[in-house]
Amino acid sequence: MKETKKDFIALDFEKPLIALSKQINELEQKTLQNGNKKVVNDLKNQYAKVKSQIYKDLSPLDRVKIARHPQRPYPLDYIQLISPTWHELHGDREGKDDGAIIGGLIEIEGQTIMAIGTQKGRNIKENQKRNFGMPSPEGYRKALRLFYHAEKFNFPILTFIDTPGAYPGLEAEAHNQSHAIAMNLRELAGLTVPVIAVITGEGGSGGALAIGVANRILMLENSVYSVISPEGCAAILWRTKDKVQEAANALKITAYDLYKLRIIDEIIPEVEGGAHYNPKETSEQLLIAVKKHLEELSRLSSNEIKKDRQEKFRNIGIFVNA
Amino acid sequence: MGLKDFFKTRQLKKAAKLQNGTANANGQDLKAQPPDELLCTLWTKCQGCNELLYTSELKKNLSVCKHCGFHHRLSAQERIDQLIDYGSFIEINENILPDDPLNFVDLKPYKNRLNEAQKTSGVKEAIITGLGSINNQLTAIGVMEFQYIGGSMGSVVGEKIVSLIENAIDKRLPLVLISSSGGARMHEGILSLMQMAKTAGALKKLHEAKLLYISILTEPTFGGVTASFAMLGDILIAEPHARIGFAGRRVIEETIRQKLPKDFQTAEYLLENGQIDLVVPRPNLKQHISDLIRLHSQNTKKSFSGNGIDKTMIDKILARI
Repeated sequence: MKETKKDFIALDFEKPLIALSKQINELEQKTLQNGNKKVVNDLKNQYAKVKSQIYKDLSPLDRVKIARHPQRPYPLDYIQLISPTWHELHGDREGKDDGAIIGGLIEIEGQTIMAIGTQKGRNIKENQKRNFGMPSPEGYRKALRLFYHAEKFNFPILTFIDTPGAYPGLEAEAHNQSHAIAMNLRELAGLTVPVIAVITGEGGSGGALAIGVANRILMLENSVYSVISPEGCAAILWRTKDKVQEAANALKITAYDLYKLRIIDEIIPEVEGGAHYNPKETSEQLLIAVKKHLEELSRLSSNEIKKDRQEKFRNIGIFVNA
Repeated sequence: MGLKDFFKTRQLKKAAKLQNGTANANGQDLKAQPPDELLCTLWTKCQGCNELLYTSELKKNLSVCKHCGFHHRLSAQERIDQLIDYGSFIEINENILPDDPLNFVDLKPYKNRLNEAQKTSGVKEAIITGLGSINNQLTAIGVMEFQYIGGSMGSVVGEKIVSLIENAIDKRLPLVLISSSGGARMHEGILSLMQMAKTAGALKKLHEAKLLYISILTEPTFGGVTASFAMLGDILIAEPHARIGFAGRRVIEETIRQKLPKDFQTAEYLLENGQIDLVVPRPNLKQHISDLIRLHSQNTKKSFSGNGIDKTMIDKILARI
């Protein structure tokens, strides 16, 4: 019963599992004494059934909850799991090092890769530095500096996205959040090195896209990617935050929806219940997918890589041409 | 009799007179309208100083209040009429129409919202794009229509902007985009978000082609529109007092739990913070744009008018000037 160990924080839809596993534990204690294993085994079977049913029928909002799970692996966790080295590079060179954006050099199969990601904190102290994973304009400018660095030295770029969005603050506006994001969108379009983006948790709108204009966009199975948070959408369109479930359904934000819409290129499977139950296994799946796409892109010339990315985004949009 | 009543009686008299005719200055049939609505079309209350203004005079003054200088919002068509030389505008891609890719339903189906928006705004989508001349300089121009679902950017707006940019590159024309938008259109979900990358990517090509892009920011410009094509102009011009930003004022106040300064996110605030080049009052806007286009075209043989322009297109436009 590894899944329900106390150190995992259970989400609301996982509550039936906790009750069941508690019963199983109690019974197991008893059966140790009287030897009746049948009841325990029946319960264990039931547990497995309930579990697979719950995780099979996850609603979009359930996936939002998994994507935001406080124990979900963050980009720095994945970086350390997939690369033997990690040389972090700091700062925008203009006065700030935004902790919500991390960047640095990693290695995949002897190739140097520029890794860039949004990073949330695990506790209050970390979040003072990480700002809950909401980047400031300076963070996007730091990312842009690292894009240029990668372009200069011909490093493929691998971005990890897990952010509620760009920070909506007074300073962020005064320092031109819009321009910082817009510049990244434009400059990413011009790079001749391969860019692969992986949505690992929350893909929060423009704040996510600013490091997400990639040749290949991959999503972890329980991550979400949306133009607006379900809460924000419910508040605006339904005029009440109670309609979060409806908004989450309507917006089509899960990896499966976005794969169907041909926005993303691959869904990376997670272990049952979500990546936090086994970060190592999920990181192995992530690495397999990244290697595959790097391999494919390495066959293209620099110009073809740039064209591939430009055409990918040029062709996104559904409309009627009467 | 108060001043208001005096005007009301005057207007009613005038209306009675007009009813014998068929239409008012805007070409609307007045017979069907009750007197109150008529009053609204003949007089406009200034949103800046509450002064009652004679609508046709206000329009003549480019919808700028002559008392307080307040710039009233323009429709896309009015903007084109103000900026483009009379009769020279040729619309392109007017038949790219919205779809409902997500079958989106909130309090109303998105399809119904589209129908209503088309009726109330009189345009088919939230942007009009085309080619036209500004003081005899051929320009690729796009104007957003705020009346259409808050000028929001979905698949159609993205496609029309990108197609316009491709036209500008192809014909080596300067680009002018006039923004007025609440941001990305939620009803098209991720597809709307991706229009940010799509338009910015096209602007990368325009940038590499060394063509001029003047971005005009008007009341209001926010969210995914500001954070993509609107902020990427070589020259950024805002209209006085226009509100421009990324996040909305209320969202920021809720996040940082403090009141924001009154001038926060106004054109003047952006100018002070180094975010835009100029704040230009509407009566000077056309001259300003045309001067900038002229100044950017005279040092290089390659840029603008001439190279690569389809001759029939020029003839077609010139024939209409």
